Amino acid sequence: MLRVIVRRLLQLVVTLIALSALIFIWLRNLPGGPVEALLGERATPERRALLIKALGYDQPILVQYGKFMQRVLTGDLGNSIRSGDPVTDVIARAFPATIELAAAAMIIAVGLGVPLGYLAARYRGRLLDNLTIAGTLLGISIPIFFLGYLLKDVLTQDIHWFPPSGRISTGMDNTTVTGFYVLDGLLTRELDASADALWHLILPAITLATIPLAVIVRITRASVLDVLNEDYVRTAEAKGLRHRTIRGRHILRNALLPVVTTIGLQTGALLSGAVLTEKVYNWGGLGTLITDSISGGRDYPVLQAIILLAALVFVLVNLLVDLSYAFIDPRVRVR
Amino acid sequence: MTDPTTRPGVGKPRTGDSPAGTSAEDPAGQPGDGPAGHRERSIGRLGDRKRARLDELARATADPGGVSLYRDALRRLRRNPVAIVGAVIVGLFVLVAIFAPLIAPHDPVQRFDELTRDLTVDSIPGATAGHPFGSDPLGRDFFSRMIHGSRQTLFVGVLATLIGLTLGVLLGAVAGAFGGWVDVVLMRLTDVMLALPSLLLAITLVAMASRSSQWTVIFAVAIVSVPIFARLLRGSMLAQRESDHVLAARALGVKERNIVLRHMLPNSLTAVIVQATLTFAVAILDAAALSFLGLGDPDINRAEWGLMLGVDGQRYFEVRPELAYYPALAIIVVALGFTLLGEAMREAIDPKNRR
Repeated sequence: MLRVIVRRLLQLVVTLIALSALIFIWLRNLPGGPVEALLGERATPERRALLIKALGYDQPILVQYGKFMQRVLTGDLGNSIRSGDPVTDVIARAFPATIELAAAAMIIAVGLGVPLGYLAARYRGRLLDNLTIAGTLLGISIPIFFLGYLLKDVLTQDIHWFPPSGRISTGMDNTTVTGFYVLDGLLTRELDASADALWHLILPAITLATIPLAVIVRITRASVLDVLNEDYVRTAEAKGLRHRTIRGRHILRNALLPVVTTIGLQTGALLSGAVLTEKVYNWGGLGTLITDSISGGRDYPVLQAIILLAALVFVLVNLLVDLSYAFIDPRVRVR
Repeated sequence: MTDPTTRPGVGKPRTGDSPAGTSAEDPAGQPGDGPAGHRERSIGRLGDRKRARLDELARATADPGGVSLYRDALRRLRRNPVAIVGAVIVGLFVLVAIFAPLIAPHDPVQRFDELTRDLTVDSIPGATAGHPFGSDPLGRDFFSRMIHGSRQTLFVGVLATLIGLTLGVLLGAVAGAFGGWVDVVLMRLTDVMLALPSLLLAITLVAMASRSSQWTVIFAVAIVSVPIFARLLRGSMLAQRESDHVLAARALGVKERNIVLRHMLPNSLTAVIVQATLTFAVAILDAAALSFLGLGDPDINRAEWGLMLGVDGQRYFEVRPELAYYPALAIIVVALGFTLLGEAMREAIDPKNRR
């Protein structure tokens, strides 16, 4: 097991290095690159040359990359072109917001998706099943930013159930410990802050959960349907086992493997969706940072760091998913 | 397994597509049902078994991607209401796109005095005589723009899908055909691409371009699907490398290049076509998302649903929500149509469902 983890981590490092090299070379060779972003298009050639030298862009690309990697390994990802702050700080500020949102969305998607998928399979062909399938199809066909606006329009403008945007009410006196506002409120016993943050979190989380929810329902349903046809389920029923036991030990446990894989793969969809959701609700996480880094002059150091971080998170989550197979299904040998 | 004879008139295609065992249940000698040849030879029980083996051999040597597979899949598609709904939606969409200039009452870029007259920042005229959907933010006929929007949306979707498909198939075919280190390198590349969230990859690609245009959007959306097509094709090719019909072709001395082009590639294409149908839905949704993020096509004259929803729909949502509702509804229906059709197709070609 340990050997497997080490090997997978090494693979992860290789993937990240390849990705960083690709992005690095790509970004440096583009028209309208960082120099133009800093100086504007009408800068004098002298000033441009000075800046190019200062940024080290006059050196061979391999040397630049070597220096870049050297700095990355010491935790220095450079400075944001827009704000001048260290990239690590900029990202550290935005990261908890996105993770909080993504985690909430995943809780909704899994918590609702698995039972719904199970019920749809159990009552196959009945009204519940048909409605569920129709819902999932709609879920994957709707542009989620449009859904976000729709929810926002109805639930925050027409009836004031939820706040329209932001992570916490202005004037709410909350202490930041971890950056996850809901958790912070609990840690510091500022329960009103925690509740307020949760209240802000619900709509964005529902919006972001739409696609993963639809996908998880479908996979669970298909997977449960497969298992329901298995002989061992019939045997268990014939033995007169309690319904609950059959559901937990025989059906769900076997049906869950593909679902867990899907959950891992949906991390990517969550990060994509976060970019859109965060813009709708003015959330101020990584998604907002990405949009701002592009539209407000191309802030390449920030963009580059977010891309690498996203890839790192995605690969790590999927590594965890692969390892969790061994716990869910003892027959699986992780190779 | 269902006995095919209990369903007369179904006309089960035979060439090398039936799962092993099915044909053995078929009583001997149904002339005209599938290719003859070995069928007449089978007499009695022993003959049945022998015929089953011959059938298997025929399946192994014949081209399994022949007409019968498609006919079989098509037959199943025609009976599937989901497929029909999907096909009708897609068909209507394509028809509207083709005949857009004939259907639309006005030029989509013409600005009308009667519309611009009442146009202010917080009031956009609704339906009036001659303009059933009212005005867009620039005083153009919104209905005509919606009709013409089908054209541009089809264009973006088809082109993005085709580019993604071509590049992906090329990568996958090369990886699957050569194997070895070529395979390793190419698949690592797709791993790297798949490790990035799709929209983030598209955003990055658009950001790479010096200025955005319709083409940067199409290209960015296309690239996202490349690793999916590549993986799909490679998997299928690898499975076939070991299959009997490729072995048979090789034994007959068919050149390696022809084995790849004539035997392996055509058999993998069905799965690719299904994926392309599903990709189309994703492509128009992604294009809309890019427009929403301000990274879309900057051409204000272009009537494309994603652009209309992502830019005007967003900006004037409070003033006139129809500017968002109509394009959004159009996108949802079309995406749904392609998804339904694609999934029904996937079900139809799935060997698990073949009888």
